[in-house]
Amino acid sequence: MAEQIDRELTMSRAMVEAIATEMRENDEVFYMGEDVADYGGIFDSTEGLREEFGYDRVMDVPISETAYLGAAVGAAQEGMRPIAELMFVDFFGVAMDQIYNQMAKNTYMSGANVSVPMVLTAAVGGTYNDAAQHSQTLYGTFAHVPGMKVVVPSTAYEAKGLMHNAIRDDDPVAYMFHKRLMGIGWLPAPDGPKTPVPEEEYTIPFGSADVKREGDDATIVTLGLHVHRALDAAESLADDGIDAEVVDLRSLVPLDTDTIVASIEKTGNLVVVDEDYRSYGVTGEIVASVADEALGALESVERVALPDVPIPYARPLENEVIPDAGDIENAVKRTQ
Amino acid sequence: MVTPSELKQMYLDMATARHYEERLQEEYLEGKQPAFDISAGPIPGELHLAAGHEAAGAGVCQHLRDDDTVTAPHRPHHVAIAKGVDLKRMTAEIFGRETGLGKGKGGHMHLFDPEVSFACSGIIAEGCPPAVGAGLAAKKRNTDSVAVAYLGEGAIDQGAFLESLNFAAVQDLPVVFVIEDNDWAISMPKDRVTDVENGSDRAGGFDMPGRRVDVDDAVAVYDAAREAVGRARDRNGPTLLEIQVHRRMGHFMGDPETYRPEEDQDAAAGRDSIERLVEDLRAAGVDDAEVDDLRAQAEARVEEAIQWAKDQPEPDPAAAHDDMWINPGSGVTDTEPDFDLAGGDD
Repeated sequence: MAEQIDRELTMSRAMVEAIATEMRENDEVFYMGEDVADYGGIFDSTEGLREEFGYDRVMDVPISETAYLGAAVGAAQEGMRPIAELMFVDFFGVAMDQIYNQMAKNTYMSGANVSVPMVLTAAVGGTYNDAAQHSQTLYGTFAHVPGMKVVVPSTAYEAKGLMHNAIRDDDPVAYMFHKRLMGIGWLPAPDGPKTPVPEEEYTIPFGSADVKREGDDATIVTLGLHVHRALDAAESLADDGIDAEVVDLRSLVPLDTDTIVASIEKTGNLVVVDEDYRSYGVTGEIVASVADEALGALESVERVALPDVPIPYARPLENEVIPDAGDIENAVKRTQ
Repeated sequence: MVTPSELKQMYLDMATARHYEERLQEEYLEGKQPAFDISAGPIPGELHLAAGHEAAGAGVCQHLRDDDTVTAPHRPHHVAIAKGVDLKRMTAEIFGRETGLGKGKGGHMHLFDPEVSFACSGIIAEGCPPAVGAGLAAKKRNTDSVAVAYLGEGAIDQGAFLESLNFAAVQDLPVVFVIEDNDWAISMPKDRVTDVENGSDRAGGFDMPGRRVDVDDAVAVYDAAREAVGRARDRNGPTLLEIQVHRRMGHFMGDPETYRPEEDQDAAAGRDSIERLVEDLRAAGVDDAEVDDLRAQAEARVEEAIQWAKDQPEPDPAAAHDDMWINPGSGVTDTEPDFDLAGGDD
């Protein structure tokens, strides 16, 4: 039997712990981003790193995403292991060429003679009324282009294990952390992301979804913040005698279709929940993947995602478009 | 030479802007304390206040007409006020109300008032290309309107800014780029991320004039902007202006500013362009009673706008799905013509 872990960390502390460990062990790991040095990352993603490693390895950079994300690609191709941060994933737009056409493609275009062992960290998500340019997740946008591994931790435990794997991986990894889960004082997290975290180093493989709750009646497939909203919904559904299984994807690329299909073969009912836009995105992809593998096992399908509108500012409007536990509950009920 | 009535108008704009930011700070922090929670209270989300930037708004916009386009960044209120944006509807937008400029969809970083050709946006330097576009439209239509793009000193390393300088220069467009230099890009001091002391030096590489106003002085800004806006209006091409301003508050409300030396915060608080302008008003023969009266007018206008905004209804949640398109999804038609494409004589 595994030893019991008592130490609990917030998601940001777990993420930083993995980065710090890798930086201690490998001088070639360094972090670049806006406000990552003295500030410690606007969302606490680098809290304390500058104090230990100094400005040379925890670098504040100009507001020049094209230059510093592209520089991360270049340094990675030289064999270093840069971590470069987009303060908000929404800012990807100004550097999309470097991300889409270099970071993601150089390995393949070189016939795997070049590797790009970098990590792109990015804060994602809404729920605090930051409006259309600071609230997106863009999971689908990053997972769409071939060539990047895309990971989304939902708890502190996952944040640490996925980060160790991301830094050690020889391929580019987009590590998308949800602001609402980090445990920041001014952006209180829900119950759930603060979990026991082992002191030692460990890696969580990409492409291994985690069944966060077992159930026989419906399968909720989701990621990030909505893992917790799905678990809340499942608890509430249990009072109505509906037993929902909750699958946390943990990575979009690679996608663990096997775990999803195994669950569908048990429940027959698929509910995909995503904080990204509904069309051409994660929900459609999961449904299509299950249909490819196990169409006969599918009895019903529901999608819960952002409707196809930019994320509005005012509280009642944002609440309308970002799925909550009630929306998930209703979707599961429709499958029964 | 600036006239007394122009001085008074600038003072009104600046006093309005300062009082507005101080009052928004109070309203914003309501319900968010003692433990700061960004998503609580009557004004949700991030709030970037511009106290200390007022001279850059008033001194430039004094030369602009309603048909002159202004784009502002994430710290927009002082510019919006100086440009004549509807203060009540702007405030309602910031409070997320149905009658706000964007019906509650945009928020404080995304204010649009086409009546006075004003827009702002949340991503660094992204207002520069649209200002160039407004200048391009003026050139193509042969009008004498101009465009002004505001940006912070942190934005001068962004590609969108540098590309815009070149495009405006090579096309000789009527655009004025205004850098508001408050010394800080959130927590990053200028010299850590930019290897030129003055952002206005960037102009030289693009064959356009660059001018820096070193002191937080509305009249000096007015003088520099008169030349730059005049140059644009007279079809003599773009100018890059840089104005030293000061950040009297955090980058956003709730910013602990632990990275910022106390002396720097004190220095910012001590440099007050509004007090400086009062001296200019006195020198121009405006007595203290009249200055007090102007300030009272400004404050009353702010209070009225805030009260009006708070009395406005919140949007209906279902409205989140509206306003996606101007035309229907099908475009300008929902019927396809019936051609006989296979037909023909040969």
